[in-house]
Amino acid sequence: MTPQQQANAALADPICTLSDAVNQAIDIAMSEDPEVFALGEDIEDPIGGVMKGTKGLSTKYGRERVRNTPISEQAIVGAAIGASLVGMRPIAEVMLMDFFAVAMDQVANHAAKLRYMSGGRTNVPITIRTSVGGGRQFGAQHSQSLEGWMMHTPGLKVAVPSTPRDAKGLMYSCIFDDDPCIHMETLSLLFTRGPVPTGRFVIPLGVADVKRSGDDVTVVTWGWQVPEALAAAEQLQTEGISTEVIDLRTLVPLDIDAVLQSVARTKRVLIVHAATQFAGPGAEIASVVSHELFGELAAPVERLGSVYSPIPYASELETLHYPERLRIAAAIRRLS
Amino acid sequence: MTPPREQAGPTDVLGDDAAVRIFRTMATIRSAENRIIRGLNSGELTMTFYTVRGQEAIPSAIGEHLHREDYMVTTYRGLHDCIAKGVPLDELFAEMCGKFTGTSKGKGGPMHLSDPHSGLMVTTGVVGGGLPIAVGLALSSKLRGDGRVTVVNFGDGATSIGATHEAVNLAALWQLPIVFVCQNNQYGEHTKFADYTRSSSLAERFAGYGLSALSVDGNSIPAMSAAAEAAIAQARSGEGPTFLECMTYRLGGHSFGSTTEYMDPAELAQAEADEPVGRNRRWLVEERGIAEDVLQQLEAEVEAEVDAAIEFAKSSDPPPASELLTDVFSRMEAAPK
Repeated sequence: MTPQQQANAALADPICTLSDAVNQAIDIAMSEDPEVFALGEDIEDPIGGVMKGTKGLSTKYGRERVRNTPISEQAIVGAAIGASLVGMRPIAEVMLMDFFAVAMDQVANHAAKLRYMSGGRTNVPITIRTSVGGGRQFGAQHSQSLEGWMMHTPGLKVAVPSTPRDAKGLMYSCIFDDDPCIHMETLSLLFTRGPVPTGRFVIPLGVADVKRSGDDVTVVTWGWQVPEALAAAEQLQTEGISTEVIDLRTLVPLDIDAVLQSVARTKRVLIVHAATQFAGPGAEIASVVSHELFGELAAPVERLGSVYSPIPYASELETLHYPERLRIAAAIRRLS
Repeated sequence: MTPPREQAGPTDVLGDDAAVRIFRTMATIRSAENRIIRGLNSGELTMTFYTVRGQEAIPSAIGEHLHREDYMVTTYRGLHDCIAKGVPLDELFAEMCGKFTGTSKGKGGPMHLSDPHSGLMVTTGVVGGGLPIAVGLALSSKLRGDGRVTVVNFGDGATSIGATHEAVNLAALWQLPIVFVCQNNQYGEHTKFADYTRSSSLAERFAGYGLSALSVDGNSIPAMSAAAEAAIAQARSGEGPTFLECMTYRLGGHSFGSTTEYMDPAELAQAEADEPVGRNRRWLVEERGIAEDVLQQLEAEVEAEVDAAIEFAKSSDPPPASELLTDVFSRMEAAPK
């Protein structure tokens, strides 16, 4: 489908929030496969998940398949792993990504490694849904984008949708993937609205999406930095700078070919993410681009991530912590 | 040494055939450990190894009451658990030696043994890390109604880590078909029980989670068998989980080659004199009237089985280089280049 056809088709799709889209994907997966179930804190109705991702599902499928848990992140992730080892497809909710720190033994030492450590005799087809804060004055323990930590642990797949449509398609793929998937749901995007196809809808993991086409500079980003980059690109258009915005959508698998194809054409690239810039995901992407396109680039590869500090509470400081549209636009101007 | 607190048994309803089967498993475990230690001392074998000497009766008795399709989770100190669950000796030793014929093609090693064909689902190298996963295995059985029971083994040392408490609480809350087997060998790595907790009884401490919790003489075949049988039956019938504190004694240092200077020599000597293979062998002969030649023949058989399996492991090839990047994901292409 061409982008124009896609846009036309999307016009006919119903509008819903990113949270609703995730909910739809879980609903469809549960209706298709009795081995899919969900567990986590406060995910049953009437709460339906503090971010509403499972709203209505315990009522529809029963409290056996949509299970509340105590505040026990290690047990939540561990129980999902255990059930998945024998072929079930659990969806575990870790309320905020910061709380991965509590569950990281299960995530990194077990979920990520059991396929390898068993020589392929077992595998861990779990999905861990988690909300990612940032930009909402939640402070240093409720605002972290920890995708770099996940990417640095071989064996984990990482999806970071930026639109309701992508969230539905990626969530469905995560549930039915045979490896552990982390589905990062950005708080600041959860209640943004957009067109979402009805029924079963799949976006394969590892396929980046060009969210805006352009000729002068490529911006590579994901998650809640996508709308920020698009806003910056819109501003720069008025200044005569044509910006392409690539939404990676998944970080593992990483669609590096899409990045290289774009940068081979624009010769300039900026990588933007909410994760800490130092030793962050952008460093890996920058390294590959520099290596593969050495000699073809018109400017050094640029990165814009969060500054090297815990996340501050005061909005005046928090605004300075994360990349946002004004600084993204400034970085693109410097490049072009 | 903390005296065993026997609340569970012994009930002595165990038949002679079952008692001898349990002893045979114990003899296999002992023979395996002796053979491995001999190989490590001579340089014939190379591996990390954590002694199970003194703890043989616990999984041997449990194994008598489990089905092949029941699930087990254990720890790096798990040779006895693996053998008792029925992991084939040749694949088991090959894995411990890092060979391609091993249960994990040599990619897991002695701390990460798994063999789903015999129900051994996970061996973890992280103290307490196996309990949450075992809860998930038991949850799958509850959701599917498949009648399977999960047994998760861990040492007394694991009762000091948070994951254990999250897991036991959740299993009790959900009334899952699981047996928590705490092999209380009196040491958490290099620290004595009394030096890391003010609790005198782990069974009493864990009873507070609202599940059956009892202490049993883990070195007695009849006592251990009775306790295991009851706990497994309770789990299988949907009546909820049990925490079994199996009293035993680790007859050596934390790992192969580590010292025992922190262990009381007199206490260790006493435990050695009362070690479970010899003790239960005497019980079989003296209390059950099992003929000496029956036991001698059995011991010769298991020694031959162990020797053959070690030879299989030694003669197997290591995994080829092509194995380095497989089994990271379901498809290799998903991994970053």
